[in-house]
Amino acid sequence: MEKTLNWREFLITRLVRASGYSAIVFVALIFFFLLREGLPTLGEVPISTLLSLRWYPIENYFGILPLVTGSIMVTLGATMVAVPFGIGTAVYISEIAPRWMREILKPLVELLGGLPSVVLGFLGILVLSPFVRTLLDLPTGLTALTGSLLLGGIAVPTVVSIAEDALDSVPRSYREGAWALGATRWQTIWRVTLPAAKSGVLTAIMLGVGRAIGETMTVMMVTGNAPVLAVTPGSLFSPVRTMTATIAAEMGEVANGSIHYHTLFFIGMVLFIISLAVNVAASSVVFRSKQRAERVLS
Amino acid sequence: MADKIIIENLSLTYADGVESLRNISLNVPENAVSVLFGPAGGGKSTLLRCLNRLNDLTEVRASVGRILIDGENILDPKTDVIALRRKVGMVFARPVVLPMSIRQNLTYGLELAGENRKSRLDEAVERSLKLAAIWDEIKDRLDDPAIALSGGQQQRVCLARVLALQPEIILLDEPTSGLDPISTGKVESALQELKKEYTVILVPHSVQQAARTADYAAFFLQGELVEYGEGKTIFTTPREKRTEDYVTGRFG
Repeated sequence: MEKTLNWREFLITRLVRASGYSAIVFVALIFFFLLREGLPTLGEVPISTLLSLRWYPIENYFGILPLVTGSIMVTLGATMVAVPFGIGTAVYISEIAPRWMREILKPLVELLGGLPSVVLGFLGILVLSPFVRTLLDLPTGLTALTGSLLLGGIAVPTVVSIAEDALDSVPRSYREGAWALGATRWQTIWRVTLPAAKSGVLTAIMLGVGRAIGETMTVMMVTGNAPVLAVTPGSLFSPVRTMTATIAAEMGEVANGSIHYHTLFFIGMVLFIISLAVNVAASSVVFRSKQRAERVLS
Repeated sequence: MADKIIIENLSLTYADGVESLRNISLNVPENAVSVLFGPAGGGKSTLLRCLNRLNDLTEVRASVGRILIDGENILDPKTDVIALRRKVGMVFARPVVLPMSIRQNLTYGLELAGENRKSRLDEAVERSLKLAAIWDEIKDRLDDPAIALSGGQQQRVCLARVLALQPEIILLDEPTSGLDPISTGKVESALQELKKEYTVILVPHSVQQAARTADYAAFFLQGELVEYGEGKTIFTTPREKRTEDYVTGRFG
Protein backbone atom coordinates (compact mmCIF):
# COMPACT_ATOMS: atom_id res chain seq x y z
CA MET A 1 0.00 0.00 0.00
CA GLU A 2 2.67 2.41 1.09
CA LYS A 3 4.69 1.63 -1.98
CA THR A 4 1.89 2.40 -4.46
CA LEU A 5 1.23 5.65 -2.68
CA ASN A 6 4.87 6.74 -2.97
CA TRP A 7 4.94 5.74 -6.56
CA ARG A 8 1.81 7.72 -7.31
CA GLU A 9 3.14 10.72 -5.44
CA PHE A 10 6.31 10.52 -7.52
CA LEU A 11 4.43 10.32 -10.80
CA ILE A 12 2.04 13.14 -10.04
CA THR A 13 4.80 15.46 -8.89
CA ARG A 14 6.73 14.79 -12.06
CA LEU A 15 3.67 15.35 -14.24
CA VAL A 16 2.87 18.66 -12.60
CA ARG A 17 6.47 19.74 -12.93
CA ALA A 18 6.58 18.71 -16.59
CA SER A 19 3.48 20.71 -17.44
CA GLY A 20 4.96 23.69 -15.62
CA TYR A 21 8.17 23.53 -17.63
CA SER A 22 6.30 22.89 -20.87
CA ALA A 23 4.71 26.36 -20.67
CA ILE A 24 8.18 27.90 -20.72
CA VAL A 25 9.30 25.59 -23.51
CA PHE A 26 6.30 26.50 -25.66
CA VAL A 27 6.84 30.22 -25.30
CA ALA A 28 10.51 29.79 -26.12
CA LEU A 29 9.66 27.72 -29.20
CA ILE A 30 7.15 30.26 -30.43
CA PHE A 31 9.66 33.02 -30.02
CA PHE A 32 12.31 30.97 -31.79
CA PHE A 33 9.93 30.29 -34.69
CA LEU A 34 9.02 33.96 -34.96
CA LEU A 35 12.69 34.91 -35.07
CA ARG A 36 13.52 32.26 -37.65
CA GLU A 37 10.77 33.34 -39.98
CA GLY A 38 10.87 37.06 -39.30
CA LEU A 39 14.56 37.97 -39.06
CA PRO A 40 15.40 37.23 -42.74
CA THR A 41 13.34 40.31 -43.58
CA LEU A 42 16.10 42.49 -42.27
CA GLY A 43 18.40 41.09 -44.98
CA GLU A 44 15.80 41.14 -47.72
CA VAL A 45 14.15 44.51 -47.21
CA PRO A 46 16.23 47.66 -46.61
CA ILE A 47 15.54 49.31 -43.25
CA SER A 48 14.59 52.53 -45.05
CA THR A 49 11.82 50.64 -46.85
CA LEU A 50 10.59 49.06 -43.61
CA LEU A 51 10.37 52.49 -42.04
CA SER A 52 8.66 54.07 -45.04
CA LEU A 53 5.03 55.05 -45.07
CA ARG A 54 3.73 52.75 -47.76
CA TRP A 55 2.46 49.20 -47.27
CA TYR A 56 1.77 47.70 -50.66
CA PRO A 57 3.41 44.26 -50.68
CA ILE A 58 2.48 43.35 -54.27
CA GLU A 59 4.79 46.09 -55.53
CA ASN A 60 7.39 45.48 -52.85
CA TYR A 61 6.49 48.39 -50.61
CA PHE A 62 6.96 47.05 -47.11
CA GLY A 63 6.59 50.13 -44.91
CA ILE A 64 5.29 48.86 -41.58
CA LEU A 65 4.99 52.23 -39.86
CA PRO A 66 1.33 52.73 -40.88
CA LEU A 67 0.50 49.37 -39.35
CA VAL A 68 2.40 50.03 -36.12
CA THR A 69 0.84 53.45 -35.69
CA GLY A 70 -2.57 52.02 -36.59
CA SER A 71 -2.26 49.42 -33.86
CA ILE A 72 -1.02 51.95 -31.33
CA MET A 73 -3.78 54.41 -32.13
CA VAL A 74 -6.55 51.84 -31.85
CA THR A 75 -5.07 50.41 -28.66
CA LEU A 76 -4.67 53.81 -27.04
CA GLY A 77 -8.24 54.64 -27.98
CA ALA A 78 -9.44 51.34 -26.56
CA THR A 79 -7.52 52.00 -23.34
CA MET A 80 -9.20 55.38 -22.97
CA VAL A 81 -12.54 53.60 -23.17
CA ALA A 82 -11.72 50.50 -21.16
CA VAL A 83 -9.87 52.01 -18.20
CA PRO A 84 -12.45 54.53 -16.95
CA PHE A 85 -15.40 52.25 -17.68
CA GLY A 86 -13.65 49.17 -16.36
CA ILE A 87 -12.37 50.72 -13.14
CA GLY A 88 -15.66 52.55 -12.65
CA THR A 89 -17.64 49.35 -13.00
CA ALA A 90 -15.26 47.49 -10.70
CA VAL A 91 -15.58 50.21 -8.05
CA TYR A 92 -19.34 50.15 -8.38
CA ILE A 93 -19.56 46.38 -8.07
CA SER A 94 -17.19 46.04 -5.15
CA GLU A 95 -17.82 49.24 -3.17
CA ILE A 96 -21.23 50.67 -3.90
CA ALA A 97 -23.67 48.10 -5.26
CA PRO A 98 -25.92 46.30 -2.78
CA ARG A 99 -25.26 42.61 -2.45
CA TRP A 100 -28.05 41.36 -4.73
CA MET A 101 -26.92 43.72 -7.48
CA ARG A 102 -23.35 42.50 -7.13
CA GLU A 103 -24.48 38.91 -7.49
CA ILE A 104 -26.18 39.74 -10.79
CA LEU A 105 -23.50 42.04 -12.20
CA LYS A 106 -20.39 40.02 -11.57
CA PRO A 107 -21.41 36.89 -13.52
CA LEU A 108 -22.90 39.11 -16.21
CA VAL A 109 -19.60 40.91 -16.76
CA GLU A 110 -17.74 37.63 -16.86
CA LEU A 111 -20.22 36.29 -19.39
CA LEU A 112 -19.57 39.36 -21.51
CA GLY A 113 -15.88 38.53 -21.45
CA GLY A 114 -16.63 35.20 -23.09
CA LEU A 115 -18.46 36.72 -26.05
CA PRO A 116 -16.73 35.75 -29.34
CA SER A 117 -15.11 38.79 -30.89
CA VAL A 118 -16.60 38.04 -34.32
CA VAL A 119 -20.03 38.62 -32.88
CA LEU A 120 -18.93 41.98 -31.55
CA GLY A 121 -17.35 42.81 -34.90
CA PHE A 122 -20.64 42.01 -36.55
CA LEU A 123 -22.45 44.36 -34.21
CA GLY A 124 -19.75 46.92 -34.95
CA ILE A 125 -20.35 46.78 -38.68
CA LEU A 126 -24.12 46.75 -38.48
CA VAL A 127 -24.79 49.14 -35.61
CA LEU A 128 -21.79 51.07 -34.36
CA SER A 129 -20.18 52.09 -37.63
CA PRO A 130 -23.33 53.55 -39.27
CA PHE A 131 -23.93 55.36 -36.01
CA VAL A 132 -20.41 56.82 -35.96
CA ARG A 133 -20.71 57.79 -39.61
CA THR A 134 -23.98 59.70 -39.25
CA LEU A 135 -23.13 61.17 -35.86
CA LEU A 136 -19.81 62.65 -36.97
CA ASP A 137 -20.76 63.09 -40.61
CA LEU A 138 -17.83 61.04 -41.94
CA PRO A 139 -17.43 59.47 -45.39
CA THR A 140 -17.18 56.03 -43.75
CA GLY A 141 -17.99 54.65 -40.34
CA LEU A 142 -15.12 52.15 -40.49
CA THR A 143 -12.56 54.20 -38.57
CA ALA A 144 -9.99 53.93 -35.82
CA LEU A 145 -12.60 55.40 -33.48
CA THR A 146 -15.08 52.62 -34.20
CA GLY A 147 -12.36 50.05 -33.59
CA SER A 148 -11.34 51.77 -30.35
CA LEU A 149 -14.88 51.83 -29.01
CA LEU A 150 -15.45 48.17 -29.77
CA LEU A 151 -12.04 47.05 -28.54
CA GLY A 152 -12.59 49.08 -25.40
CA GLY A 153 -15.82 47.19 -24.91
CA ILE A 154 -14.00 43.91 -25.36
CA ALA A 155 -11.33 44.86 -22.82
CA VAL A 156 -13.80 46.13 -20.19
CA PRO A 157 -14.76 42.70 -18.79
CA THR A 158 -11.08 41.79 -18.36
CA VAL A 159 -10.38 45.03 -16.53
CA VAL A 160 -13.52 44.78 -14.39
CA SER A 161 -13.00 41.21 -13.38
CA ILE A 162 -9.40 41.63 -12.22
CA ALA A 163 -9.79 45.10 -10.73
CA GLU A 164 -12.85 43.95 -8.79
CA ASP A 165 -10.92 41.03 -7.31
CA ALA A 166 -8.16 43.42 -6.29
CA LEU A 167 -10.57 45.87 -4.64
CA ASP A 168 -12.37 43.03 -2.93
CA SER A 169 -9.18 41.82 -1.30
CA VAL A 170 -8.52 45.18 0.40
CA PRO A 171 -9.21 44.50 4.08
CA ARG A 172 -12.46 45.89 5.40
CA SER A 173 -10.52 47.45 8.26
CA TYR A 174 -8.88 49.92 5.83
CA ARG A 175 -12.26 51.23 4.83
CA GLU A 176 -13.49 51.41 8.40
CA GLY A 177 -10.32 53.24 9.38
CA ALA A 178 -11.02 55.89 6.78
CA TRP A 179 -14.73 56.11 7.60
CA ALA A 180 -13.96 56.55 11.26
CA LEU A 181 -11.80 59.53 10.34
CA GLY A 182 -14.79 61.17 8.73
CA ALA A 183 -14.01 60.27 5.12
CA THR A 184 -16.96 60.07 2.78
CA ARG A 185 -17.53 56.99 0.70
CA TRP A 186 -15.94 58.58 -2.34
CA GLN A 187 -12.93 59.87 -0.42
CA THR A 188 -12.43 56.40 1.00
CA ILE A 189 -12.54 54.82 -2.45
CA TRP A 190 -10.25 57.39 -4.05
CA ARG A 191 -7.70 57.90 -1.30
CA VAL A 192 -7.63 54.53 0.46
CA THR A 193 -9.22 51.58 -1.31
CA LEU A 194 -7.91 52.24 -4.83
CA PRO A 195 -4.33 53.02 -3.70
CA ALA A 196 -4.34 49.91 -1.54
CA ALA A 197 -5.41 47.82 -4.53
CA LYS A 198 -2.99 49.64 -6.82
CA SER A 199 -0.97 46.69 -8.03
CA GLY A 200 -4.05 44.65 -8.84
CA VAL A 201 -5.68 47.55 -10.63
CA LEU A 202 -2.52 48.12 -12.69
CA THR A 203 -2.43 44.47 -13.62
CA ALA A 204 -6.07 44.76 -14.69
CA ILE A 205 -5.27 47.72 -16.93
CA MET A 206 -2.27 46.01 -18.47
CA LEU A 207 -4.16 42.80 -19.18
CA GLY A 208 -6.92 44.91 -20.72
CA VAL A 209 -4.37 46.67 -22.94
CA GLY A 210 -2.87 43.29 -23.79
CA ARG A 211 -6.29 42.01 -24.74
CA ALA A 212 -6.86 45.07 -26.94
CA ILE A 213 -3.50 45.05 -28.70
CA GLY A 214 -3.73 41.38 -29.60
CA GLU A 215 -7.35 41.44 -30.74
CA THR A 216 -7.66 40.68 -34.44
CA MET A 217 -11.09 39.80 -35.68
CA THR A 218 -12.99 42.86 -34.49
CA VAL A 219 -10.46 45.39 -35.69
CA MET A 220 -10.22 43.71 -39.04
CA MET A 221 -13.96 44.02 -39.41
CA VAL A 222 -14.47 47.61 -38.32
CA THR A 223 -11.34 49.72 -38.82
CA GLY A 224 -11.48 49.95 -42.60
CA ASN A 225 -8.04 48.38 -43.16
CA ALA A 226 -6.42 51.26 -44.99
CA PRO A 227 -2.66 51.28 -44.24
CA VAL A 228 -2.29 55.02 -43.71
CA LEU A 229 0.06 56.56 -41.19
CA ALA A 230 -1.98 57.43 -38.10
CA VAL A 231 -0.26 60.00 -35.92
CA THR A 232 -2.49 63.08 -35.95
CA PRO A 233 -5.59 63.19 -33.76
CA GLY A 234 -7.60 63.54 -36.95
CA SER A 235 -6.65 60.06 -38.06
CA LEU A 236 -8.80 58.75 -35.24
CA PHE A 237 -11.70 59.49 -37.56
CA SER A 238 -10.26 57.85 -40.66
CA PRO A 239 -9.69 54.19 -41.53
CA VAL A 240 -6.52 52.55 -40.21
CA ARG A 241 -5.05 49.11 -40.36
CA THR A 242 -3.51 47.28 -37.44
CA MET A 243 -0.64 44.81 -37.35
CA THR A 244 -2.87 41.95 -36.27
CA ALA A 245 -5.41 42.57 -39.02
CA THR A 246 -2.65 42.70 -41.62
CA ILE A 247 -1.21 39.36 -40.58
CA ALA A 248 -4.63 37.73 -40.42
CA ALA A 249 -5.76 39.09 -43.77
CA GLU A 250 -2.61 38.42 -45.77
CA MET A 251 -1.04 35.34 -44.27
CA GLY A 252 -3.43 33.02 -46.11
CA GLU A 253 -2.51 34.29 -49.55
CA VAL A 254 1.21 34.66 -49.30
CA ALA A 255 3.81 32.40 -50.91
CA ASN A 256 5.65 30.39 -48.30
CA GLY A 257 9.20 31.71 -47.86
CA SER A 258 8.71 34.89 -49.90
CA ILE A 259 9.76 38.35 -48.76
CA HIS A 260 6.15 39.21 -48.02
CA TYR A 261 5.86 36.05 -45.88
CA HIS A 262 8.96 36.95 -43.89
CA THR A 263 7.78 40.49 -43.44
CA LEU A 264 4.47 39.34 -42.00
CA PHE A 265 6.42 37.32 -39.44
CA PHE A 266 8.56 40.34 -38.79
CA ILE A 267 5.39 42.26 -37.97
CA GLY A 268 4.47 39.42 -35.64
CA MET A 269 7.84 39.88 -33.93
CA VAL A 270 7.26 43.60 -33.52
CA LEU A 271 3.85 42.87 -32.01
CA PHE A 272 5.41 40.33 -29.67
CA ILE A 273 8.04 42.82 -28.56
CA ILE A 274 5.46 45.56 -27.97
CA SER A 275 3.25 43.36 -25.83
CA LEU A 276 6.30 42.03 -24.01
CA ALA A 277 7.36 45.61 -23.28
CA VAL A 278 3.88 46.44 -21.95
CA ASN A 279 3.96 43.40 -19.68
CA VAL A 280 7.47 44.04 -18.43
CA ALA A 281 6.64 47.67 -17.76
CA ALA A 282 3.54 46.65 -15.83
CA SER A 283 5.22 44.01 -13.75
CA SER A 284 8.21 46.22 -12.99
CA VAL A 285 5.87 48.87 -11.58
CA VAL A 286 4.11 46.23 -9.51
CA PHE A 287 7.39 44.63 -8.57
CA ARG A 288 8.97 47.89 -7.49
CA SER A 289 6.11 48.79 -5.19
CA LYS A 290 6.12 45.28 -3.77
CA GLN A 291 9.85 45.33 -3.17
CA ARG A 292 9.52 48.59 -1.33
CA ALA A 293 6.81 47.15 0.86
CA GLU A 294 8.92 44.09 1.57
CA ARG A 295 11.94 46.18 2.37
CA VAL A 296 10.13 48.32 4.87
CA LEU A 297 8.42 45.34 6.43
CA SER A 298 11.63 43.45 7.16
CA MET B 1 -19.11 65.65 36.37
CA ALA B 2 -21.34 66.38 33.39
CA ASP B 3 -22.62 63.56 31.22
CA LYS B 4 -21.26 63.81 27.69
CA ILE B 5 -23.17 60.87 26.27
CA ILE B 6 -26.55 59.61 27.34
CA ILE B 7 -27.68 56.27 25.99
CA GLU B 8 -31.39 55.55 26.42
CA ASN B 9 -32.98 52.12 25.97
CA LEU B 10 -30.75 51.13 23.08
CA SER B 11 -31.40 47.75 21.45
CA LEU B 12 -29.83 46.47 18.27
CA THR B 13 -30.25 43.32 16.17
CA TYR B 14 -27.95 42.42 13.31
CA ALA B 15 -29.27 41.24 9.94
CA ASP B 16 -28.35 37.63 10.70
CA GLY B 17 -30.74 37.69 13.66
CA VAL B 18 -28.16 38.07 16.42
CA GLU B 19 -29.42 40.36 19.12
CA SER B 20 -26.37 42.32 20.10
CA LEU B 21 -27.65 44.95 22.51
CA ARG B 22 -30.66 44.61 24.76
CA ASN B 23 -32.18 47.72 26.24
CA ILE B 24 -29.01 49.50 27.26
CA SER B 25 -29.15 52.73 29.25
CA LEU B 26 -25.91 54.35 30.25
CA ASN B 27 -24.54 57.80 31.02
CA VAL B 28 -20.95 58.50 30.09
CA PRO B 29 -19.31 61.37 32.00
CA GLU B 30 -16.84 63.69 30.29
CA ASN B 31 -13.16 63.97 31.19
CA ALA B 32 -12.99 60.42 32.45
CA VAL B 33 -12.05 56.98 31.18
CA SER B 34 -15.15 54.84 30.94
CA VAL B 35 -14.51 51.18 30.40
CA LEU B 36 -16.89 48.73 28.72
CA PHE B 37 -15.81 45.22 29.66
CA GLY B 38 -17.03 41.65 29.67
CA PRO B 39 -16.58 38.41 27.73
CA ALA B 40 -16.59 38.35 23.91
CA GLY B 41 -19.94 38.71 22.21
CA GLY B 42 -21.30 40.96 24.93
CA GLY B 43 -22.07 43.87 22.62
CA LYS B 44 -19.23 46.18 23.68
CA SER B 45 -17.88 46.73 20.19
CA THR B 46 -21.36 47.08 18.79
CA LEU B 47 -22.09 49.82 21.28
CA LEU B 48 -18.87 51.63 20.37
CA ARG B 49 -19.77 51.38 16.71
CA CYS B 50 -23.15 52.91 17.40
CA LEU B 51 -21.51 55.94 18.94
CA ASN B 52 -19.84 56.97 15.68
CA ARG B 53 -22.47 55.32 13.47
CA LEU B 54 -19.95 52.93 11.94
CA ASN B 55 -22.71 50.35 12.17
CA ASP B 56 -24.45 52.15 9.32
CA LEU B 57 -22.21 50.18 7.01
CA THR B 58 -22.97 46.76 8.41
CA GLU B 59 -26.30 45.13 7.93
CA VAL B 60 -28.41 45.95 10.91
CA ARG B 61 -31.95 44.70 11.02
CA ALA B 62 -33.40 46.78 13.76
CA SER B 63 -32.27 49.31 16.26
CA VAL B 64 -34.34 51.28 18.73
CA GLY B 65 -33.52 53.77 21.44
CA ARG B 66 -31.62 57.02 21.52
CA ILE B 67 -28.04 58.13 21.94
CA LEU B 68 -27.66 61.74 23.00
CA ILE B 69 -24.29 63.42 22.57
CA ASP B 70 -24.34 66.97 23.94
CA GLY B 71 -28.11 66.63 23.97
CA GLU B 72 -28.51 65.67 20.32
CA ASN B 73 -29.81 62.29 19.21
CA ILE B 74 -27.13 61.01 16.86
CA LEU B 75 -29.24 58.06 15.71
CA ASP B 76 -31.54 60.54 14.04
CA PRO B 77 -31.36 59.91 10.26
CA LYS B 78 -30.78 63.64 9.74
CA THR B 79 -27.50 63.60 11.66
CA ASP B 80 -24.44 64.66 9.66
CA VAL B 81 -22.53 61.39 10.00
CA ILE B 82 -19.28 62.79 8.62
CA ALA B 83 -19.22 65.58 11.18
CA LEU B 84 -20.16 63.11 13.90
CA ARG B 85 -17.21 60.88 13.05
CA ARG B 86 -14.85 63.83 13.29
CA LYS B 87 -16.19 64.61 16.72
CA VAL B 88 -16.13 60.98 17.85
CA GLY B 89 -12.78 59.45 16.93
CA MET B 90 -12.12 55.72 16.98
CA VAL B 91 -9.06 53.50 17.41
CA PHE B 92 -9.39 49.86 16.35
CA ALA B 93 -8.09 46.62 17.81
CA ARG B 94 -5.69 46.01 14.97
CA PRO B 95 -3.85 49.19 14.05
CA VAL B 96 -5.05 50.25 10.61
CA VAL B 97 -2.40 52.51 9.21
CA LEU B 98 -3.42 53.67 5.80
CA PRO B 99 -1.08 52.85 2.89
CA MET B 100 0.80 56.17 3.00
CA SER B 101 3.59 57.89 4.95
CA ILE B 102 3.36 58.56 8.70
CA ARG B 103 2.80 62.25 8.12
CA GLN B 104 0.09 61.62 5.55
CA ASN B 105 -1.64 59.23 7.90
CA LEU B 106 -1.86 62.02 10.43
CA THR B 107 -2.90 64.78 8.07
CA TYR B 108 -5.34 62.62 6.12
CA GLY B 109 -8.37 63.33 8.26
CA LEU B 110 -7.61 67.04 8.42
CA GLU B 111 -7.20 67.26 4.67
CA LEU B 112 -10.52 65.52 4.24
CA ALA B 113 -11.98 68.17 6.47
CA GLY B 114 -10.59 70.82 4.13
CA GLU B 115 -7.51 71.95 6.06
CA ASN B 116 -4.52 72.41 3.74
CA ARG B 117 -2.35 75.09 5.30
CA LYS B 118 1.00 73.45 5.80
CA SER B 119 1.80 75.24 9.05
CA ARG B 120 -1.47 74.09 10.60
CA LEU B 121 -0.93 70.53 9.44
CA ASP B 122 2.64 70.38 10.76
CA GLU B 123 1.49 71.80 14.05
CA ALA B 124 -1.28 69.21 14.32
CA VAL B 125 1.15 66.40 13.49
CA GLU B 126 3.53 67.41 16.26
CA ARG B 127 0.85 68.10 18.84
CA SER B 128 -1.00 64.85 18.29
CA LEU B 129 2.13 62.69 18.16
CA LYS B 130 3.22 64.20 21.46
CA LEU B 131 -0.16 63.52 23.01
CA ALA B 132 0.02 59.92 21.85
CA ALA B 133 3.49 59.62 23.43
CA ILE B 134 5.32 58.68 20.26
CA TRP B 135 6.81 61.98 19.01
CA ASP B 136 10.32 61.33 20.33
CA GLU B 137 10.47 57.89 18.74
CA ILE B 138 9.54 58.83 15.21
CA LYS B 139 9.98 62.57 14.76
CA ASP B 140 12.96 62.04 12.42
CA ARG B 141 11.22 59.73 9.99
CA LEU B 142 7.78 61.16 9.46
CA ASP B 143 8.01 60.57 5.73
CA ASP B 144 8.64 56.83 5.98
CA PRO B 145 5.76 54.51 5.14
CA ALA B 146 3.66 54.05 8.26
CA ILE B 147 3.56 50.31 7.68
CA ALA B 148 7.29 50.20 8.54
CA LEU B 149 6.61 50.97 12.21
CA SER B 150 6.26 48.30 14.88
CA GLY B 151 2.77 47.25 15.95
CA GLY B 152 2.91 49.34 19.12
CA GLN B 153 4.09 52.40 17.23
CA GLN B 154 1.42 51.91 14.57
CA GLN B 155 -1.26 51.79 17.21
CA ARG B 156 -0.05 55.04 18.75
CA VAL B 157 0.09 56.61 15.27
CA CYS B 158 -3.55 55.57 14.85
CA LEU B 159 -4.35 57.19 18.18
CA ALA B 160 -2.48 60.32 17.11
CA ARG B 161 -4.36 60.32 13.82
CA VAL B 162 -7.61 60.47 15.70
CA LEU B 163 -6.29 63.18 18.03
CA ALA B 164 -5.17 65.30 15.08
CA LEU B 165 -8.82 65.84 14.24
CA GLN B 166 -9.38 67.33 17.72
CA PRO B 167 -12.39 65.17 18.51
CA GLU B 168 -14.33 65.47 21.74
CA ILE B 169 -14.82 61.78 22.34
CA ILE B 170 -12.32 58.99 21.74
CA LEU B 171 -13.46 55.40 21.34
CA LEU B 172 -10.88 52.65 21.70
CA ASP B 173 -11.77 49.08 20.75
CA GLU B 174 -9.20 46.77 22.41
CA PRO B 175 -6.40 49.09 21.36
CA THR B 176 -3.67 47.07 23.06
CA SER B 177 -4.73 43.53 22.19
CA GLY B 178 -1.75 42.99 19.92
CA LEU B 179 0.84 44.95 21.89
CA ASP B 180 3.66 44.04 24.23
CA PRO B 181 3.44 45.19 27.89
CA ILE B 182 5.73 48.18 27.38
CA SER B 183 3.72 49.57 24.47
CA THR B 184 0.51 48.79 26.36
CA GLY B 185 1.81 50.79 29.31
CA LYS B 186 2.56 53.74 27.04
CA VAL B 187 -0.92 53.69 25.55
CA GLU B 188 -2.53 53.40 29.00
CA SER B 189 -0.60 56.31 30.41
CA ALA B 190 -1.41 58.33 27.31
CA LEU B 191 -5.08 57.70 28.09
CA GLN B 192 -4.68 59.12 31.57
CA GLU B 193 -3.34 62.31 30.01
CA LEU B 194 -6.02 62.38 27.35
CA LYS B 195 -8.93 62.24 29.75
CA LYS B 196 -8.06 65.72 30.97
CA GLU B 197 -9.26 67.07 27.64
CA TYR B 198 -11.42 64.36 26.15
CA THR B 199 -14.13 61.87 26.96
CA VAL B 200 -12.52 58.46 26.65
CA ILE B 201 -14.41 55.20 26.17
CA LEU B 202 -12.29 52.08 26.22
CA VAL B 203 -13.06 48.45 25.52
CA PRO B 204 -10.09 46.83 27.26
CA HIS B 205 -8.67 43.48 26.20
CA SER B 206 -8.52 42.11 29.73
CA VAL B 207 -10.19 42.55 33.10
CA GLN B 208 -6.84 43.62 34.52
CA GLN B 209 -6.59 46.43 32.05
CA ALA B 210 -10.14 47.42 32.86
CA ALA B 211 -9.26 47.59 36.55
CA ARG B 212 -6.08 49.58 35.88
CA THR B 213 -7.63 52.22 33.70
CA ALA B 214 -11.28 52.62 34.65
CA ASP B 215 -12.75 55.70 36.26
CA TYR B 216 -16.13 54.24 35.44
CA ALA B 217 -16.83 50.71 34.36
CA ALA B 218 -19.76 48.95 32.69
CA PHE B 219 -20.00 45.16 32.68
CA PHE B 220 -21.62 43.65 29.57
CA LEU B 221 -22.82 40.07 29.28
CA GLN B 222 -24.65 38.66 26.25
CA GLY B 223 -25.92 42.03 25.09
CA GLU B 224 -27.06 43.09 28.51
CA LEU B 225 -25.61 45.80 30.74
CA VAL B 226 -25.23 43.99 34.05
CA GLU B 227 -23.74 46.68 36.20
CA TYR B 228 -22.40 50.17 35.85
CA GLY B 229 -20.63 52.38 38.33
CA GLU B 230 -17.33 53.79 39.52
CA GLY B 231 -14.34 51.65 38.65
CA LYS B 232 -13.27 51.26 42.27
CA THR B 233 -16.65 49.90 43.29
CA ILE B 234 -17.07 47.54 40.35
CA PHE B 235 -13.70 45.91 40.81
CA THR B 236 -13.75 45.66 44.61
CA THR B 237 -17.33 45.43 45.83
CA PRO B 238 -19.67 44.78 42.90
CA ARG B 239 -23.40 44.58 43.59
CA GLU B 240 -24.14 41.78 41.17
CA LYS B 241 -23.00 38.21 41.66
CA ARG B 242 -22.28 37.83 37.91
CA THR B 243 -19.96 40.83 37.94
CA GLU B 244 -18.12 39.51 40.95
CA ASP B 245 -17.75 36.08 39.35
CA TYR B 246 -16.33 37.56 36.16
CA VAL B 247 -14.03 40.04 37.86
CA THR B 248 -12.60 37.37 40.14
CA GLY B 249 -12.13 35.02 37.20
CA ARG B 250 -14.73 32.39 38.03
CA PHE B 251 -15.93 32.48 34.40
CA GLY B 252 -14.98 34.31 31.24
